[in-house]
Amino acid sequence: MATRSTALPARAARPRKSAGLWSDAFGRLRKNRLALVGLGLVTLLLFTGLFGPLLAPWSYSFQDLKSVAAGGGGPLPPLAYGHLLGTDQLGRDLFSRLLDGARISVSVAFVVQLVILTIGVPIGALAGWFGGRLDNALMRFTDIIYAFPDLLFIILLTVVFRETFFGRAMDGLLIVFVAIGLTSWVTVARLVRGQLLALKETEFVEAARAIGVTDRKIVTKHLLPNGIGPIIVAVTLGIPGAILAESTLAYIGIGVQPPRASWGSLIAEGQKYVRAEPHLVLFPAIAIAVALISFTFLGDGLRDALDPKLKGKQ
Amino acid sequence: MAHSDERTSRLDAPTIVEVAPTDARRVTTPTKVGLGDRPKVDKLLSVRDLSTHFFTPDGVVQAVDDVNFELGYGETLGLVGESGCGKSVTALSIARLVPNPPGRIVSGEIVFDGIDMLRLGDDDMRQLRGKEIGFIFQDPLTSLNPTLTIGYQIGESIRQHMNLPQKAANDRVVELLSKVGIPRAKDRLNDYPHQFSGGMRQRVMIAIALSCDPKLLLADEPTTALDVTIQAQILELIQTLSQEFHTAVLLITHDLGIAAGMCDRVNVMYAGRIVETGTVDELFEQPRMPYAWGLLDSLPRLDDVRGDRLRTIEGLPPLLIQPPNACRFEPRCRFSRDICREQEPALTLRENPLHLARCWATEPDGWIA
Repeated sequence: MATRSTALPARAARPRKSAGLWSDAFGRLRKNRLALVGLGLVTLLLFTGLFGPLLAPWSYSFQDLKSVAAGGGGPLPPLAYGHLLGTDQLGRDLFSRLLDGARISVSVAFVVQLVILTIGVPIGALAGWFGGRLDNALMRFTDIIYAFPDLLFIILLTVVFRETFFGRAMDGLLIVFVAIGLTSWVTVARLVRGQLLALKETEFVEAARAIGVTDRKIVTKHLLPNGIGPIIVAVTLGIPGAILAESTLAYIGIGVQPPRASWGSLIAEGQKYVRAEPHLVLFPAIAIAVALISFTFLGDGLRDALDPKLKGKQ
Repeated sequence: MAHSDERTSRLDAPTIVEVAPTDARRVTTPTKVGLGDRPKVDKLLSVRDLSTHFFTPDGVVQAVDDVNFELGYGETLGLVGESGCGKSVTALSIARLVPNPPGRIVSGEIVFDGIDMLRLGDDDMRQLRGKEIGFIFQDPLTSLNPTLTIGYQIGESIRQHMNLPQKAANDRVVELLSKVGIPRAKDRLNDYPHQFSGGMRQRVMIAIALSCDPKLLLADEPTTALDVTIQAQILELIQTLSQEFHTAVLLITHDLGIAAGMCDRVNVMYAGRIVETGTVDELFEQPRMPYAWGLLDSLPRLDDVRGDRLRTIEGLPPLLIQPPNACRFEPRCRFSRDICREQEPALTLRENPLHLARCWATEPDGWIA
């Protein structure tokens, strides 16, 4: 007995603060090397997106015609005349234009996901929570959107609204964001619906009802936080798709208008000179690839971290 | 139809309504009622002719069928019976939490503290839940939201129903938490349910249920998921707190031992119906229904011989889709006669004024004295 009583005070002091969901998940994420690489690259991309213009040696629209003339008239190769990655045929610094493109890609990444969340989460939540006919109607609508050819829809939308205020906002980017968002909220809506369908049968929902919590509060306070992990993962994994969609559109000339540069439009401009100056295509392509891969790594890592049970499975 | 026959026969027979004071009936109005004016009533809760059916693809399951009972202020009433006999659905019906679809309260009247609950609007009903009617669920492991802190979940009901300033609400949460026996309550507010053991989580559930001083506590098998020692602690806690707050308790259990220890009166349910009701003493000393005998007989006893099989009631409860007009326990009953198969007995008085049973054999002119 004596030995026990001496042991008791030590137990009374709390041995360790038990980890919450997020610190737990971060702990798992830290052990995943690929995810860390992804996180690092994503952070770098965010940084350049936010502070790109400050880092850029030139303005994205400045034409260094003097150097171009001195170099013989065509695009300048890397490191020529103080241009780290060379210039295009108009003497615009490729590195500075890539930084501006990063800015566009970052805004695509986040604004599109914001659009997706504001459409997908409410639709999925309504369908999952109320079920029945509303669910059926919303999900068939979702199926229609899913079956609709994305590119066609986006091109139509941008063409129709090209000359309006909406079409010109943010250098023509806003309409692209909205168009991409309008075609890609389907995954999130289905995910949220599935989550709610499963979660609304849980007993803590019944318990919340039994103390008179309103439906809206049950969905927002009790259910969505429980399903937030998969939603975060879906959003992160949806970002590469959005970046790629924007680049594709820019490549075919939709979206951001010159002299601003998206990585897609850089490739489109550069491909005319691809034999003589392959770097004009190479560097934007590398930028796109690295951005996509880093978000994918991070998304995969987050999935493993937020749902350890899933690890090893798809 | 079988069903209507049964109704007329029930009307002829003296039913529980005779015993129960019917003054609550005058509250009934044809339109929706509000929470505002409550006539004074003798009983906190009167359930009359309550039928809750589930409309399934296989047919209408009459999970609760013409159930009548009353619960006085501060009283503890037990509802016992085996799985699927309608105990939980009765409790859910009282809180109007029956999942719809497929379930629906098809008829009856539930008067709670002078309020005709089945005529109450959804918003008013929400006001009542948590504030005046507390609910403790069977499984504390799944009844708490894993993503919200204990403090938030206890405070939820308080914020919802009591107009308290933030500080006072927080103080009340701490007070409740220590009242249900959680040590260092203040430090544990920001903990999550997974940091609590099963027994502690049930204590938290009790704190939530009692957070607004409810008049009625519906405890749906509150200790089934817990081990025996914790069980005893939780029951004692419910008992002390309900006495302290003068809360009436409807205790649902399949454990007769628990019912005997906790309740003032006990209703025995079988196949959606109340088959016997009486005070604890009467019911345990002189049960008047073969099903109750079977239940009591199936309890393990200290003088059981080691290695012997435990006694059971042979057979299974009937399906509740279109039950015949017959005693529902008859197929499993050792004492049944033809009349048991031909007509369902009514819930009628036995020797003591508060003791009723639904059995032909133990009626005054029956074949079992």
